[in-house]
Amino acid sequence: MKLVIGIVRPEQANQVLEALHRAEVRGFSMSRVQGHGGEVERVETYRGTTVQMGLSEKVRFEVAVSDSFVDRAVAAICEGGRTGEVGDGKIFVVPLDHAVRIRTGDTDEGAVTPVSR
Amino acid sequence: MNPGVDTGDTAWMLIATALVLMMTPALGLFYAGLVRSKNTLNTFMMSVAAIAVATVTWAAVGYSLAFDGDGAIIGGLGNAFMSGVDFAPREGTTIPELVFFAFQATFCIITVALISGAVVERMRFGAFLVFAALWSVLVYAVLAHWAFGGGWLISGGTLDFAGGVPVEMASGFSALAAALVVGARKEWGRQALLPHNAVYVLLGAGLLWFGWFGFNGGSGFSTGDPSVLAFTNTLLCPACTLIVWFALDLIRGRKVTAIGAATAIIVGCVAITPAGGYVSPGWAMLLGALAALPSYAIIVWRTRTRVDETLDVLAAHGTAGFFGILFIGFFAQADWNGVSDGLFYGNAAQLGDQALAALAAPVYAFVVTFVLLKLIGAVMPLRASDREEAMGMDVVQHGEEAYVTGEGAILLLPDDVGKVGVPVADPG
Repeated sequence: MKLVIGIVRPEQANQVLEALHRAEVRGFSMSRVQGHGGEVERVETYRGTTVQMGLSEKVRFEVAVSDSFVDRAVAAICEGGRTGEVGDGKIFVVPLDHAVRIRTGDTDEGAVTPVSR
Repeated sequence: MNPGVDTGDTAWMLIATALVLMMTPALGLFYAGLVRSKNTLNTFMMSVAAIAVATVTWAAVGYSLAFDGDGAIIGGLGNAFMSGVDFAPREGTTIPELVFFAFQATFCIITVALISGAVVERMRFGAFLVFAALWSVLVYAVLAHWAFGGGWLISGGTLDFAGGVPVEMASGFSALAAALVVGARKEWGRQALLPHNAVYVLLGAGLLWFGWFGFNGGSGFSTGDPSVLAFTNTLLCPACTLIVWFALDLIRGRKVTAIGAATAIIVGCVAITPAGGYVSPGWAMLLGALAALPSYAIIVWRTRTRVDETLDVLAAHGTAGFFGILFIGFFAQADWNGVSDGLFYGNAAQLGDQALAALAAPVYAFVVTFVLLKLIGAVMPLRASDREEAMGMDVVQHGEEAYVTGEGAILLLPDDVGKVGVPVADPG
């Protein structure tokens, strides 16, 4: 089992959702985060005060998958998130010790594999 | 004070002018709530820009072309650059021409701002400024002359109390042309593009309704009977539109929606705009109820088409204005307006006069706007790039965000500005 963490541009979030859906990756969560990568900072001006926006809005996807789904999930986030400009984000894959589906008590592989109701 | 100027009338018209001016920022708020959060400021700024640009073009030539003389197609240049616009009463009224000028200017301003609803979230701000300046003269001033200033419609007998022709139908059908020329947003038809703040939409609609009492109530240029009738009809008509809209929402989706209610307020106010001083309160209520139907149908139908007329200016303004103009032809009542009866009271000719306006204004507005935007588009790009559209127009066009948190923002001292990075806010 792995936890796939994808941090992407907010404007690409819908494309990532579509790509994950096409890859049949069903369970995930997403949150809004602020981050800083290598991108050139935006400069904004508010009534004469000019500021450099060091942090930019990103969307963080977290997908817990069984080993056989890791590559598909990574490929989907890459495909949906890529614009080719600096600032497209990163994907991290980390090992996952244990997972529990709260409703049934299923654990590990059983917990991260979608079930049909 | 000049002889012929009435203090009560002038006092009311000063207030009415301020009320109508307030409608434009109210519209900005209404529109801003309907777009995604990354386009909030740009959408609002299009309304602010209309105040800036249309006021200047109105003072330069717009007012003169609309209200100088009674040429059939267009007025003269006798009042260009406000020449002769002073304290003397405007002909046919008891208010100083300066007040009349300002009141009419606020109409031109909001009409320009209304069209922005068709092109928000992708049109470049610079291109919109150029469009606003030219449209306010080439379309608004001409149609205002036809309907208000002694042109062929008003001299032919068409009744238009407060702007069904130059404001409502002009903005609605111009918006359709603008949406076709500028083109749809890149995600249109593929992704749900949702309003980001329904409270702005409701508050904007409420403030528009408030301002509309000046818009319609001031269009008699006095405190006389037509103004009083229009004022009260502006309360009655939208209330009935709201009730019918609630019913349509219930039938269609089993829930009454807030954004639907805000839209209904606009539709009701638009419908009574041309008819305000010409129909009885009872007929105004029927007008409000009936006007909901075509506008609701067009909103439902449009989202299934490829036309991204984003904020439904055609449905809310074009359609309801068209409906209101025709309604006068049926239910105008000389007992109430002292001017003319409609078909229902035995004067079929009035319906013909109204139908002529309902045909001519949309055609003129659509064609001229279409050609004008094609010409502007040949000189400068009308819309932002796909990348800029994805980032949002606030950052790209204005270098600001509506909901900035300030976290991670580093203050730049004057010496540093321009040294760091490449500001993406530079629209070039």
